[in-house]
Amino acid sequence: MKNVREDIFFDKNPWKSGSVTLTTSNRGFLQALWDFFCSLKLAIFLLIMLATTSIIGTVIPQGTPPPEYLQTISDGKYKIYQALGFFDMYHSWWFILLLYLFTVNIVACSIKRLPRVWKVISEPTLVMDDSFEKTLGLTHDFKMNGDAASLRDKMTAFLKGEFAEPVVTEREGEFHLFAQKTPYSRLGVYVVHLSIIVIFIGALLGSFFGYKAYVNIVEGTGTSVVYSRSGQKPIELGFTVRCEDFAVTFYDTGAPKEFKSLLTVIDGGQVVVDKRPIIVNDPLTYKGITFYQSSYGPAGEGGLYHFTVRERKGGAPVKLSLHPGERTLLPDGSSMQGLEAAQEVSQFVPQFRGAAARIEVTPKGGGEPQAFIVFQNYPEFDAQRGADLIFTYDGSDEKMFTGLQVAKDPGVWVVWTGCSLMVIGCCMAFFMSHKRVWIRVRKGHVTLGGSANKNQPGFQLAFDALVDKLKQQ
Amino acid sequence: MTSSMLFNIATFSYLISMLAFFTFLAVKSKHVGLAGSLASYFGFIVHTAAILLRWKESYDMGMGHAPLSNLYESVVFFAWTIILIFGIIDLKYKYRVVGAFVVPFALLGMAWAQLGMESGIQPLVPALQSNWLLYHVITCFLGYAAFAVACGISIMYLIKAGKEDSAGTTQAGGIISMFPSIKILDDLNYKAIIIGFPLLTLGIITGAAWANYAWGTYWSWDPKETWSLIVWFIYAAFLHARFTRGWVGKKAAVLSIVGFAATIFCYLGVNLLLSGLHSYGGGG
Ligand code: HEM
Repeated sequence: MKNVREDIFFDKNPWKSGSVTLTTSNRGFLQALWDFFCSLKLAIFLLIMLATTSIIGTVIPQGTPPPEYLQTISDGKYKIYQALGFFDMYHSWWFILLLYLFTVNIVACSIKRLPRVWKVISEPTLVMDDSFEKTLGLTHDFKMNGDAASLRDKMTAFLKGEFAEPVVTEREGEFHLFAQKTPYSRLGVYVVHLSIIVIFIGALLGSFFGYKAYVNIVEGTGTSVVYSRSGQKPIELGFTVRCEDFAVTFYDTGAPKEFKSLLTVIDGGQVVVDKRPIIVNDPLTYKGITFYQSSYGPAGEGGLYHFTVRERKGGAPVKLSLHPGERTLLPDGSSMQGLEAAQEVSQFVPQFRGAAARIEVTPKGGGEPQAFIVFQNYPEFDAQRGADLIFTYDGSDEKMFTGLQVAKDPGVWVVWTGCSLMVIGCCMAFFMSHKRVWIRVRKGHVTLGGSANKNQPGFQLAFDALVDKLKQQ
Repeated sequence: MTSSMLFNIATFSYLISMLAFFTFLAVKSKHVGLAGSLASYFGFIVHTAAILLRWKESYDMGMGHAPLSNLYESVVFFAWTIILIFGIIDLKYKYRVVGAFVVPFALLGMAWAQLGMESGIQPLVPALQSNWLLYHVITCFLGYAAFAVACGISIMYLIKAGKEDSAGTTQAGGIISMFPSIKILDDLNYKAIIIGFPLLTLGIITGAAWANYAWGTYWSWDPKETWSLIVWFIYAAFLHARFTRGWVGKKAAVLSIVGFAATIFCYLGVNLLLSGLHSYGGGG
């Protein structure tokens, strides 16, 4: 049970520790400051403050809040939020200050306690005298035949076989055996605390020496400049990334299935990465810079829509190509305009697959224009409209652009190291305990004592088993 | 037999289990308590089979993925993890009554999922197509479930402590007398949280690793991330509170309940009330 604490690790009053016996008021102040930063009360206060203030940023939009949002709050509120840094609160001075205080708190508290814990590990109590015996929760007395030396050897072999190799000390004709298991588990807590500092260091490294950026690349073109996500500052990559091709595929339901770009990296005139496909969960890393598939869209330049038009009464079909929005004359004197096109319609019209275009036909000599959709995969569809002219869509060669997130973060490995330490430390702190067994050997008399710093009920079972085994000997 | 029928059987078993546990509190018959546990174990086996079958069904439909991709699937999985953690506590520590305060959480989840939610199998959007989804969701939900169990135990603690206070120093009688002693409840609360805390820690870490792998930022203060951190802070405060005087017992129980309320908000509230990266998955 954890709530049974070992007093050697705790001041009687952990947050009001340190008897201030220093003479000058200056040193008294420093001592008070040190005590303040060592206190667990401060730790709990900071944890709860961090938890509650963090809520603000999940309710108020962060970064540049959208204009619709700003219209919903009053001018006064806006000014207050702005002044308190609520629109970027996780980077506001007071939140960062909380994090620094938190860090100082952990460091101070650990520095204060670590030496004491280290002492328990490195200088264990080897001798169980009568007064120490009284502090132990678990003890057992045996009468045993034999002189002290032979009992000592017997007990040494017993502990070695059943528990752990003991250290033997002789004092006043008595022998004291001490054995322990996993003393280092006491350091688990400090491993966790250290891991938090390591993660902070990793995060700082990333923010000083790394960047987050984005870039849009039109199919068939390349770039060596990306733009920082905060402030659109251009950043030179030092090499060129080309997007050879971009493709989206869809499920039958119309939901997107995969976004895929083919990327080529050219460094110093040399192709170093050739047409590597990247998809949403499979980025490309080159020279510590990683490119992530994040968005896409029509490049909106140079694309042509292609159509075939035939007359219902017969005759040769006519092929037409036009730019988005462009108007062209048709064989019967009416005119058409390509309004928009999509590579995949299933997301808009779930019954259909493939590419489609929306066009508008204006009858000869003016009149009410008619807008409708024609599909690439269903050439006969437009015949059902019943008009004299039947249109089919032959696709477009409009280019797409691929939107890439670009990130460089030299601190990320430090962060992962910290995370691993945290998990290891948690397991040490929660699931391992420092178990100790003492045996005192007098002539014809053996006393067993034990303690564990965690999970006492579990240790009691182990201790009782040890006593039973000893009885059988 | 479809997975949806199996889910209904599991839900029904949890209902039986809960009723048995309530009866157990009233009549104090060991057999009724055992029946409660057995019903929940039976439900758990059927529930497990149902999840596996749904997994297979998604492959039969040509969009194979683990059943952890939308709100329905996550609630069903959450209920499963709650019963799992309860089972561990029941078998290891033999405090059966805890079931009366924990099985209802699982039943509530299952009933809500089965009656009130769209249960169709949907294909995975590109953002979710990663093995990290599996690691992340499983660790998070095991953590959440441990916190649910801790919350149930804390409610028992407060009921029992309240009754004992008003009854002076004497042991409270009636239904409450079936509860473990407040010292044991306090300890069980701690035990459930030390199972949950490392799991939540792993859940946050796998989430960060995934975000870094998919978007290049391991932490972006997205509302879901932030709320998981809030939950983590609360339980860290709980762990440290045990070392400070005056913060054990009732205050610790309250902190554990507040922690679970924050957990539920992190899981559901963020998706339903706030917006962010996770909103597409409807829980994950
Ligand atoms: C979020 C940040 C923190 C985490 C994750 C953390 C983690 C832990 C863990 C897992 C334990 C073991 C608890 C147990 O065995 O029940 C612990 C103990 C402790 N922590 Fe922290 N901690 C954090 C912040 C702090 C801070 C800011 C302080 C500063 C005073 C602090 C001081 C302590 C102390 C004194 C102990 C008890 C050590 C002992 O058993 O001898 N912790 N911490």
